[in-house]
Amino acid sequence: MKEVIFYALGAITLVSAFLVIFLRRPIHNVLFMITTMIGLAGLFLTLQAEFVAMVQLIVYAGAVMVLFLFVVTLLNLDEIQLPPDSSTIRWWVGAGFAIAVAILIFPALVAFLPGAEPKSLTADPTATVSNTAIIAKELFTTYLLPFEIASVLLLAAIIGSVVLVKKKY
Amino acid sequence: MLSVIEPIVVCVGVLVALLALAAGLVWLERRLLGLWQDRYGPNRVGPFGLLQVLADMIKMLTKEDWIPPFADKPIFVIAPAVIVFTVLMSFAVIPFTPHIQVVDLNIGLLFVLAMSSLGVYSVALGGWASNNKYALLGGLRAAAQMLSYEVFMGLSLMGVVMLAGSFSLRAIVEAQQGLWFCVPQFPGLVIFFVAGLAEARRIPFDLPEAETELVAGYHTEYSGMKFGMFFVGEYLGIVLVSALTTVLFFGGWLGPVLPPLVWFFLKTFFFICLFILIRGTFPRLRYDQLLAFGWKVMLPLALLNLVVTGGIVLAKS
Repeated sequence: MKEVIFYALGAITLVSAFLVIFLRRPIHNVLFMITTMIGLAGLFLTLQAEFVAMVQLIVYAGAVMVLFLFVVTLLNLDEIQLPPDSSTIRWWVGAGFAIAVAILIFPALVAFLPGAEPKSLTADPTATVSNTAIIAKELFTTYLLPFEIASVLLLAAIIGSVVLVKKKY
Repeated sequence: MLSVIEPIVVCVGVLVALLALAAGLVWLERRLLGLWQDRYGPNRVGPFGLLQVLADMIKMLTKEDWIPPFADKPIFVIAPAVIVFTVLMSFAVIPFTPHIQVVDLNIGLLFVLAMSSLGVYSVALGGWASNNKYALLGGLRAAAQMLSYEVFMGLSLMGVVMLAGSFSLRAIVEAQQGLWFCVPQFPGLVIFFVAGLAEARRIPFDLPEAETELVAGYHTEYSGMKFGMFFVGEYLGIVLVSALTTVLFFGGWLGPVLPPLVWFFLKTFFFICLFILIRGTFPRLRYDQLLAFGWKVMLPLALLNLVVTGGIVLAKS
């Protein structure tokens, strides 16, 4: 059962990710990107990372993609017109490079990353402390400094955007 | 055997009750508005005009289901379904009584917030797919409004989460046994209710469908049951915000003498009526006022509430 759900979600995520690249109307790309995000959230759920899954939905599927949609609808982008490209060699070089990267990088990832084996799909079902509590504890103890640095970075971005807007008046 | 049937009964019961309630609300709203505005409201069809709902439903279902030739068909069809889907999904985590709840997620509150943030797509896409300038403007207004108000809706609820120490809605209700959170979290309650009004796109925040300027906003091109879906979505949204207010700030099913379900219903009903009273009372805001109010007043207030609550929780522990 778990495998079936995993492969179904994986298929949805991958297919929509491909459609994001290959479809020509920007609005459809945005829609399939949302599907990709929702699929990813589902995959997080199968890993029993429910907090990450919900944040994925709220931040990426719910907020970031709405801004994408905003840009697409406001600019009224109808279809992407690629400039005509006469050289077919470029296409083959790109495709070959992508395949080479997949062949070289993927085994390296499987070999070196901890817990990259398929068995990590089934997380420990006996856990009693909720995922949210664990993440909170780790963020505010072990990873306090990186967490604070990230928040300062975000604050700088907020102030920067306010300054940019104010300049016009 | 009973363990198999019970969840199904709960699911179907919740679904039927909600859809019936959403339909009944249409009648209730028009009757109450009539009462408060010194006129009759629908009173011809059946006793007290109760069958008006049925008449409306027959009209909607038998009307021509028109898809404009200039619309983006698949998106045009999907958009109204999205809002009904996300709102109904949110009800899955609402604890009606200690025993009636579809599923008790340990991240229940986040789930509700996630679903409400996905609901934005319904109006934004509906407005875009109609390929109509008024609809597009309505959709964009709705998206910007819901995105802004979502931010501090989430923040205003974190005070409740801190006090209860859990995202599970059931745990939040049980943590209110001694004192309802509307007392220690009064600023949170006010901010949440205002944000809830904006999320449900109700007066005074109904700019996305402001009929005086935008015809009907994002659902200008919709007719028949597709329009009905937006309508049902809006009314279910009102029920959802009322039910959430009850669960998060007014102790959910808790109360003396009466059975839990009755308490839950009474409290929720009170907030639904408040929604309607607000509609009958306030004028519509201007759009820049709406956004400025959100970001310059509500957001700082929500953050302040969060800091103070956090400080008090920390000092007590």
